[in-house]
Amino acid sequence: MDKFSVFSARLVDKTENFTSGHRACQGCAEALAVRHVMKALGRDTIVAMATGCMEIISSPLPLTSWKVPWIHNAFENPSAVISGVESGMKAMMRKGKLPYKKINYVAMGGDGATADIGMGQLSGALERGHDFLYVCYDNEAYMNTGIQRSSSTPYGASTTTSPAGKVSIGQHTQKKNMAQIAVAHNVPYVATACSSYPFDLMDKVKRGADTPGAAYINCLSVCPTGWRIPTEDAIKYGRLAVDCCIYPLYEVIGGQYKLSYKPYKKVPVTEYIKGQGRFRHLTDSDIAFIQGQVDREWEKILKLCGEGK
Amino acid sequence: MAKPMEKITWQEIETGSVVTEIGNARQYETGSWRSERPVVDAGLCIKCGVCWLFCPDSSVKQAPDGHFEADLVYCKGCGICAKECPVGCITMVSEEG
Repeated sequence: MDKFSVFSARLVDKTENFTSGHRACQGCAEALAVRHVMKALGRDTIVAMATGCMEIISSPLPLTSWKVPWIHNAFENPSAVISGVESGMKAMMRKGKLPYKKINYVAMGGDGATADIGMGQLSGALERGHDFLYVCYDNEAYMNTGIQRSSSTPYGASTTTSPAGKVSIGQHTQKKNMAQIAVAHNVPYVATACSSYPFDLMDKVKRGADTPGAAYINCLSVCPTGWRIPTEDAIKYGRLAVDCCIYPLYEVIGGQYKLSYKPYKKVPVTEYIKGQGRFRHLTDSDIAFIQGQVDREWEKILKLCGEGK
Repeated sequence: MAKPMEKITWQEIETGSVVTEIGNARQYETGSWRSERPVVDAGLCIKCGVCWLFCPDSSVKQAPDGHFEADLVYCKGCGICAKECPVGCITMVSEEG
């Protein structure tokens, strides 16, 4: 039935659970991703959010952009807090203190909160198998505090704590593959998504929230400020990341890989890299090195999805 | 929220910094950040809604006749709508003059 789904912007739910008036930078695709995620989840949702861009811009006291119960968390503990919320609500429903209702328990965090600081707690929550969804908005650095590198920053990117110069190429380590780490926990649902593909993102969020047990979604969110690109290109670079196979879109349902989108023609990574200020110091040989890595990773994903040669 | 944000003192904030009103960030008008504003050619607009879907500030509204236009109270002028519009009916116009 999947094949016959109708995708049209005008058929998307018009209610906004993440209102305007938030203070994200111009062209913030991360705020766009939150907007789509909240559209997919609806009002019966409890959100625990880690510190980071989205937490700062959406809730400057006494204002809030959220229309759902929302809990502010320190960097490390959204997954621990949502575990407690889920267990507490389950106990209250069992004892008859609350009427039974399907509630989406959602923890959100940036890539710093997910891949660096909250990694242990996330791992614990995934391992305990709470019925929750974790959404990581991956903008590939600590953008909120002024573009510091995280373990999710890709190879070669220049940030304020991994500046490019005569002796440094910028970030010299590889991007941590959080989706694969979540897959290694054997959780029922893992997916990668991108804010430039909103229908795919909304579908995956719905599927993740409906899955009993833990679910993890890694959402690439373009950050014009940190990636040093024009604000209007935020959607374009998300698409390019997927078309270059730097960031493949796939989902893993009960251990079964499924490719969500296979580019008709693979775009060379130069297309993705050349327009971004954070990569502008890279030479042709650096780009060729990155291309080689991307090709290897893409082959690996194709093989896992059963589409390899 | 009855009071404007800058008039609220710390004594009036709820214990535990709880915000009891949902979505009250709408009173903060981000439109003042803008240096360019999107102008829609209503005749060209095919009413597809792509600009509405891709607006990070959810500041695109549907006019009574069906075409989409920016709500300039919240529009930050990022230009995503102008770039993504499939028929190119949105142009960014400088706010100066």
